[in-house]
Amino acid sequence: MAEKVKIQVLRYIPEKDPDPFYQEYEVPFRKEWVILDALNYIKDEIDGSLSYRWSCRMGVCGSCGMMVNDIPVLTCETFLEKYLPGPVRIAPLNYFAVIRDLVVETDGFMEKVKRVKPWIIREEEKPAAEGEYLQTPDQLSEYKQYSMCINCMLCYAACPVVGLEPKFIGPAAIALAQRYNYDNRDEGQKMRDDVLLSDDGIYECTLVGECSVVCPKHVDPAGAIQRYKVTGATEWWTSVLLPFGKK
Amino acid sequence: MPAYERFRPKPYHSKISIFWWIKRKPYVLFIIRELTSIFVAIYAIILIIQIHAMAQGPDTWDALMISFSMPGSILLHVVILIFLLFHTFTWFKLAPKAMVLKIGKKRIPGSLIIAGNFIMWILLSAGIAWLVMSA
Amino acid sequence: MGRYGPNLHDVLIVGGGGAGLRAAIAVAETDPNLSVAVVSKVYPMRSHTVSAEGGAAAVIKPDDSLDEHAYDTISGGDWMCDQDAVEAFVKEAPEEMIQLEHWGCPWSREEDGSIAVRPFGGMVKKRTWFAADKTGFHMLHSMFQTTLKYDPIRRYDEYFVTSLLVDDGRCQGVVALELSTGKIEAIGARSVILCTGGCGNVFPFTTNANIKTGDGMAMAYRTGVALKDMEFVQYHPTGLPFTGILITEAARAEGGYLLNKENYRYLQDYDLGVPEEKPVLRSMELGPRDRLSQAFVKELEKGRTFEGPYGPFVHLDVRHLGKDVIEEKIPFVRELCRKYENIDPVHEMIPVRPVVHYMMGGIDTDINSSTSLPGLFAAGEAACVSINGANRLGSNSLTELLVFGARAGISAAEFASKQQKPSNKLEALANDERKRIEKKYFSGYAKKSERISVIRKEMHQTMERGAGIYRTEASLKNSRSKIRELQERLDSCSIRDETFTFNTELIAAIELSYMLDVAESIIESALNRTESRGSHQREDHPERDDQNFLVHSLAYRAEKESPRVEYKPVTITRWPPGERKYG
Repeated sequence: MAEKVKIQVLRYIPEKDPDPFYQEYEVPFRKEWVILDALNYIKDEIDGSLSYRWSCRMGVCGSCGMMVNDIPVLTCETFLEKYLPGPVRIAPLNYFAVIRDLVVETDGFMEKVKRVKPWIIREEEKPAAEGEYLQTPDQLSEYKQYSMCINCMLCYAACPVVGLEPKFIGPAAIALAQRYNYDNRDEGQKMRDDVLLSDDGIYECTLVGECSVVCPKHVDPAGAIQRYKVTGATEWWTSVLLPFGKK
Repeated sequence: MPAYERFRPKPYHSKISIFWWIKRKPYVLFIIRELTSIFVAIYAIILIIQIHAMAQGPDTWDALMISFSMPGSILLHVVILIFLLFHTFTWFKLAPKAMVLKIGKKRIPGSLIIAGNFIMWILLSAGIAWLVMSA
Repeated sequence: MGRYGPNLHDVLIVGGGGAGLRAAIAVAETDPNLSVAVVSKVYPMRSHTVSAEGGAAAVIKPDDSLDEHAYDTISGGDWMCDQDAVEAFVKEAPEEMIQLEHWGCPWSREEDGSIAVRPFGGMVKKRTWFAADKTGFHMLHSMFQTTLKYDPIRRYDEYFVTSLLVDDGRCQGVVALELSTGKIEAIGARSVILCTGGCGNVFPFTTNANIKTGDGMAMAYRTGVALKDMEFVQYHPTGLPFTGILITEAARAEGGYLLNKENYRYLQDYDLGVPEEKPVLRSMELGPRDRLSQAFVKELEKGRTFEGPYGPFVHLDVRHLGKDVIEEKIPFVRELCRKYENIDPVHEMIPVRPVVHYMMGGIDTDINSSTSLPGLFAAGEAACVSINGANRLGSNSLTELLVFGARAGISAAEFASKQQKPSNKLEALANDERKRIEKKYFSGYAKKSERISVIRKEMHQTMERGAGIYRTEASLKNSRSKIRELQERLDSCSIRDETFTFNTELIAAIELSYMLDVAESIIESALNRTESRGSHQREDHPERDDQNFLVHSLAYRAEKESPRVEYKPVTITRWPPGERKYG
């Protein structure tokens, strides 16, 4: 088994570098190490200037998504062993602007999340003192899958449409909209339609399907988008065929 | 790109090459699907031409049929048939993504939805074939 | 932009986890005209609340009562809890939890659609609400998404706070470093709430995320506010070796067994009851965390633990629950085991060992989340009210975020509306802070070539050796002088990276300085408490001593020397100190 592994990391410090470049480091190989452990080794032992985001290192905070050998992964749950004998190439997430090294610009994504109104919308709010809204396990299972998104943005880095059409709302945000649309406590789908059926919305999706493949939490955003397309199409036909019906 | 100024970020935007899809198999398959859909569109046009010819009367129809029997045209139809089958398969494979069907509390597995689509397709094709044959 | 111009707000909250977001909503709902700033060094949904697994306690079922919840909490805390705070806590908990349900939290349900509850360690009734075993994740995301609908809430994402702004005897904002640019500036406010979480990273082996470095605790401590009960550090009995990833208590609540290398449910030897096939509340594997972690150390001393490459461990066995229960109730446990240990708990036993999990202590606050510094409030793990006493019960902390987050929000809003605009000296103060930081850290690495990672590693070692599950006067004194030495070394240490854009080496250095301050308060408080209580176990003083130590420790910072420790009485209302009985 290899004693050392070569790690090539994309470096970019705007103060110094006109353009990003790959820097190579050599780290010891440990069977129990994930990619993030290798990066931490570089930062602690070799080069303190390497910047990247990480926090929970148990696959739930969504900070440490990067491209490893051209595929977006959470580096805290991707073992180094998988890439032997190396070298391993680590780059910031595709299609996002790079602030520095492996850190990408996230505000655009956060804005998209906000645009789909990801909160419970009701015509009338019930005061908390009156108790919970009922929701059977079946009703819960209607949207549970879409509520598992950790906002790691791997699906955006896997989606060529996001790259080619930066305004596209994107997989995670649409899945999040569906998370609320399928929640029996919510009454806000019509308000979300404004964004999702717009030019930047679901019809931008050409069903590459990679968003669902790279999703570490099996949210299946591709499925969420296709289901919304069916809903959107049904609503359109209904409005054409029943113009005087209830909107 | 402008030079770095203190306290003003200078994010790097990478450019997307037109060959972005060549690096990974799923993207290549996607592009193949997109490009070959042109043939599906061509066949839709051919169908419209056929209907048009039918409306014009038997003479036009016969002329069209003769042109269809040319080797080039047969080759085109074979190519179209292959791509249509390819699209039928990939389309059915994707069906469970858009369809969430339930029996009682259990979600019907995707494989059953795919199988259902294929069965319907075969049954409908057989029905049409029977109509044509018995005419 | 704040109501009064850029970087000027009514209420400023540091930290975007459960407590911070709850506080932000509370301010916005108390008075929609108030401008609220949430300043966080990570995007709020990355906060460590996201990692909480098992659940959140609140009385909801007819067979349960507030008094029982209060008694479980107080006895679990070995009578160190302030009982007026606990009473308020259990009373407000249910409505807070329902409120979160209204905000969309996907709580697990009964067949009829009402809230489902599960048993949890140290609780005599089932009262732990859960969202499978990703409770914290769902709570945080539901709350974060809900904050998006409130326009007065302005977020400063990825702003790292370097100090509190104190002028005219009150807290008037913070100095923050914008990570993406490196710009250091003042953000002013009429009141400030610290919701920065705990400091598990002062120890080497912790369930805590990398971001939990005691920032708020240290900042408050540096302004002269006391850190309370810092000696009480909770070890969670079941973490995965090497990574320290938490295996939730729910795994035991659903019926998991703890087994030593003789395949024996060893907890029966430690006054925790007799083994039954099904889980029994307040018994065996459902005992409190401090006692379970201590039992592990005793087993280790008896040579009855397994020896692995990352230290000793025992087994957590959930195989008898079957795949369906595991998949429905604790799917994340299965996911984590498969991913990080390459084992499937449906068929194999899970290796576990105690791991630093939670700080019972924190910034000294009263029942309304106020600190001794006017204008400064604190809530969540960063604060110590105290409802957790000497040992927190599992599933009380998530609820605490809500109850005391809301209380802090309301208190801070009220305080803010009575204050004048922040003083005009803030910019100058921020300027001084900027100069201090640049001088301290950007002054030439070559001259002082020590890596901060070395200092951090030595801090880890000395904290584990000196202030672990069992402590002695000698071990603590040793660690005290070591931490002193490390503080001096960090003082004269510089960093290699002198750039401004997203300089994580600089952040790590400042975080380390926070951790060293917090570490000294842990050690000094532990050294002065010459008794054993809850999670604080002194080998040289093995008995609880209510005569002298039914009091909260208050550690005050002293420049260039060890902190001063004072005491204040524990509030007892209806439950006089008694013996903790389990089993």
